Amino acid sequence: MNKAIDNLTSSDRQAAPSFEPVMRFGMDAPLLLDCGVELAPLEIAYQTYGALNADKSNAILVCHALTGDQYVASTHPVTGRPGWWNTIVGPGRPVDTDRYFVICANVMGGCIGSTGPTSINPATGKSYGLSFPVITIGDMVNAQARLVEALGIDQLFCVIGGSMGGMQVLQWAYDYPEKVFSAIPIATAAWHSAQNIAFHEVGRQAIMADPDWCNGDYLTQDKRPEKGLAVARMAAHITYLSEAALHDKFGRNLQDRQKVGFGFDADFQVESYLRHQGSAFVDRFDANSYLYLTRAMDYFDLAAEYGDVLAEAFRGTPTRFCVVSFTSDWLFPTSESRDIVQALNASAANVSFVEIESQKGHDAFLLDEPELFATLTGFLNAAAQKRGLRHDD
Amino acid sequence: MTIDPAQQNGSRVDLQLIAGMIEPGSRVLDVGCGDGELLRLLSITRDVDCRGIEISQKGVNAGVALGLSVVQGDADTDLVNYPTKGFDYVILSQTLQATRAPHLVLRELVRIGRRAIISFPNFGHWRVRLHFLLSGQMPVTQTLPYQWYETPNIHLCSIDDFVDLTQRANVTIEHFIALDKEGKVSLTNQFRPMANLLAAQALFMLRAD
Repeated sequence: MNKAIDNLTSSDRQAAPSFEPVMRFGMDAPLLLDCGVELAPLEIAYQTYGALNADKSNAILVCHALTGDQYVASTHPVTGRPGWWNTIVGPGRPVDTDRYFVICANVMGGCIGSTGPTSINPATGKSYGLSFPVITIGDMVNAQARLVEALGIDQLFCVIGGSMGGMQVLQWAYDYPEKVFSAIPIATAAWHSAQNIAFHEVGRQAIMADPDWCNGDYLTQDKRPEKGLAVARMAAHITYLSEAALHDKFGRNLQDRQKVGFGFDADFQVESYLRHQGSAFVDRFDANSYLYLTRAMDYFDLAAEYGDVLAEAFRGTPTRFCVVSFTSDWLFPTSESRDIVQALNASAANVSFVEIESQKGHDAFLLDEPELFATLTGFLNAAAQKRGLRHDD
Repeated sequence: MTIDPAQQNGSRVDLQLIAGMIEPGSRVLDVGCGDGELLRLLSITRDVDCRGIEISQKGVNAGVALGLSVVQGDADTDLVNYPTKGFDYVILSQTLQATRAPHLVLRELVRIGRRAIISFPNFGHWRVRLHFLLSGQMPVTQTLPYQWYETPNIHLCSIDDFVDLTQRANVTIEHFIALDKEGKVSLTNQFRPMANLLAAQALFMLRAD
């Protein structure tokens, strides 16, 4: 798997592939961040699929998760792998690109073409590294809103995303209610739980414990904290699965051997699998980006401004919501989706809520789940009818 | 064996009746909406902004896949989350007798909706009385098809019992319709004293005083 990647030398990797198209906002149009810093310039790398209709009413924004990117339905230029949501987005798929104009942007703070810690700091001429300001989910959404505006779209027909993408969906509906006709937050929460902050802290400490992290300055020293980032990914990957999924996939099966080796090689298949997940990840992801994006998730709390009463955040919302969770997801459990639904009900919002039976854990939203497809198709069709979108739009 | 009492006759005549009571263009919450039959009827025929609550996840998922706005929830525990007078009508069709605390559910229904529409099987019906009198066993009829050990109907009541509850709860009966076992109209408002004996099912439109 990923032979092409494994054969890349580090100098090949630094010959960065093109992530065009990129929307650029210059020094004259800084973005005011939640931390108080004005960020400029700002670049947002994005992909689009399908065609925008004449009255620009058929645009769907897909928000990607922590380690996702804008290549939602097209080949990733670094890994060569197909789009991460190919089963959901495409011609004739639930998010039908024959009918809708689909936009997906790399989040600010990311490392696939949008401004983030690997970008050049105009003040120093070097990569930002840790001098990049700490960003929030709200900042990401404000950056996306600029992109959407620059594309000439006043209102998005739908904003959809899972996990960190789901947080952005909620933030969009909160910050720009009139610009979001419908919203589909999947496997997400209105605030990041203590347990999830704890897991993120383990990942960050693994990165920072790697001597090659160089206090965040590894890019200028031509090093990369690959071991630390791989461990962070391994720990996180466990949280994306479920005990049942791990048991079904690996059990206690041994890797290429008949007996345990009485050592610390990857005796078990599950160890080998995790090591592979870790090493494949470092080829496509930046360690500092991982720190910034996990931090943005940790800071996310939509209810905080309202004395922890989430319903107040959505009072009078005009947006139609479809909230989705999965039974075996213990990272963003159904109870957290239910909190969102309760808040929306308290606002008498138009909301649907589906909990899907699945053994696949948090990652279920990325995998082949026919009930998810049926939910998305049904909800989007009904919303399209309300929005007055014709089938040939 | 489990049979939905109203559906075994093919069509839910009572749902047609309820739909006819709703002003077009209003906001409706259907509590215990099942597979969303009434929601579909309302959105097609009355241009109603409607939502549903359904306890079975299977029913919810089927409804959402059809484009209906449905959430998984329990009438006993989840109605408290809804805002006061958030809806023009709140409907509880053939579900009151299956709730744990019908008196509290009734209070929530008239709080959330400007009007509440409630239908339930009448335990005072002469067939029920005769069945119990002659056999000495829990009645099993067309509108109450379950054996005692498997019935979801844990709080059955007669029409008179229900009227009694509305008085205790300061709830006004705006409209009453008695239905036969097929769900067709058999008696209306003025015949309510007879209805406790003659009606297989009852349909009330209520509001809080």
